Amino acid sequence: MSAPAVFFYAFGAAAVISALAMVLNVRNTVAAAMSLVVTMISLAVVYVVLDAHLVAALQIMVYAGAIVVVFLFVVMLLNLRHDAFAQRRERLVKGAGVVLALGAAFAFLNLVPKSLPTVQQIPADFGSYAAVGRALYRDFVLPFEISSLLLLAAIVGAVVLAKRRLS
Amino acid sequence: MEALLPVLIKTLFIILVGVAAFAPVITWVERKQSAVMQDRIGANRADIAGITVLGLLHPVADVIKLLTKEDVVPTGANRALHLMAPLIASIPVIASFGVIPYGGTYHFGDTTVNLVVADLDWGVLYIFAIASIATYGTVIAGWASNNNWSLLGSLRASAQMISYEVTMGLSIVGLFMCFQTLRLTDMGVAQDSTFRVFGFLEHFGFVESLGWLSHLTLPSWGILLQPLAFVLFLTCVMAENKRPPFDLPEGESEIIAGYFLEYSGMRFGLFYMSEFIEVVVIGALMTALFLGGWTIPWLSQADIIGGVTPIFGVGVATGLCMVLHVVAFFVKVIIMIWLQMQIRWTLPRPRYDQVMDLCWKVMLPLSLANILVTGLVILLIQGAKA
Repeated sequence: MSAPAVFFYAFGAAAVISALAMVLNVRNTVAAAMSLVVTMISLAVVYVVLDAHLVAALQIMVYAGAIVVVFLFVVMLLNLRHDAFAQRRERLVKGAGVVLALGAAFAFLNLVPKSLPTVQQIPADFGSYAAVGRALYRDFVLPFEISSLLLLAAIVGAVVLAKRRLS
Repeated sequence: MEALLPVLIKTLFIILVGVAAFAPVITWVERKQSAVMQDRIGANRADIAGITVLGLLHPVADVIKLLTKEDVVPTGANRALHLMAPLIASIPVIASFGVIPYGGTYHFGDTTVNLVVADLDWGVLYIFAIASIATYGTVIAGWASNNNWSLLGSLRASAQMISYEVTMGLSIVGLFMCFQTLRLTDMGVAQDSTFRVFGFLEHFGFVESLGWLSHLTLPSWGILLQPLAFVLFLTCVMAENKRPPFDLPEGESEIIAGYFLEYSGMRFGLFYMSEFIEVVVIGALMTALFLGGWTIPWLSQADIIGGVTPIFGVGVATGLCMVLHVVAFFVKVIIMIWLQMQIRWTLPRPRYDQVMDLCWKVMLPLSLANILVTGLVILLIQGAKA
């Protein structure tokens, strides 16, 4: 096995294990959030192996570096305990989760590989910031600007809703 | 795999210089400089048989003290996370040395020497990504200590670090536009040249009236092309480092020591050292981005090799050039460290809302305006050339 393949499988496994640790760790929400961080970083390493360097950097900067920190912020302030969750529903939720996970695993292992298009030739600068930047700002500039407007509207909406609750 | 040995040697070199040589000496510089600025004699008591070496034995005494102290985990604390937090805080800082070039590319016959551990195409993004992980070290340290002062410190740290990361990224976009690259080695090469200060006026028809001014050249360093970005970026990275004047997460007069209040022994030492290592990283990063990296002003690599080759031959000339470049790089790093120390001992700590206002209301709009103006100027020059 080549070195990239070793990294791919090792960090793919790390991502799955830490994701499981996040879901199963109800006792300690902060540890669960930290498991989510490990998942994000492992995914970023997988992206690096797949030559998607920009996506890897953004994965760490945006998800691990900013979003999960805000999760942690909230979790630490609420200081949730195990008994904060309803006991009775837990079994049902776990059962549904297992069924959904098995369904997703089936789809990923069987259906998705068949439906993927076959790539003839990967361009030399695939996944670099230059290639992604060209795609975003030249080929798809209109959808990109529209989605940024939508995000702006969402931010303004969130601020308005939060301010109303304060007053 | 065949290139594993050079990579290992380069990694060892930068870790030895940055972590093992620079960082302990900076703790001494910090003490000495505070003494000078507060009119004291300063660190001079640690001695071996009466020999103090200007107080340079203090770092040694520090390490012995920290190593022999008891490693306390407070009751009710989350033991695993409490023990892990100092590592999460310090490892990303050391890892960011990996993409910083401390010299250029040199050709010795068939072998090429490239003085950077990992020459990544997305080098600057790598540093941003790695630096954002360090936030967890402080956040987890505060929470896992089961102490309200620590929790307050880590909440302050997380809000401050996330806020300044936004401005940090935006403030040097103008620099990327000037150099057209994110690769730190390419930025160094781009700064290994000069530009004529009033050369752009020739595109607008002022060729004759300039006189001797048209021959005035400056090195095309980031600090001269993007002076505003230099100030903004330096402020942001200093805020990321949480040292005074941005030491609100520690805030000794309000929350005792903030997120590392419950740490002792070498685990406290890791937090303490990672701040000083980050001072070196900031110095190296500012040098690579704004101070021309390893280059010597008005003396490009081709000039040095071309000038020395007739006397000693190509091999010696290239080797001499490499040594000069590495020395130039570390001299600039020392200048940047001095600047950080000067700021640290000059400015008082602002209030927390003032820190946040500075980030969101002053520096963020300024960095956005910098991007706009830089883009306009680049378009104007391109238009005038065409």
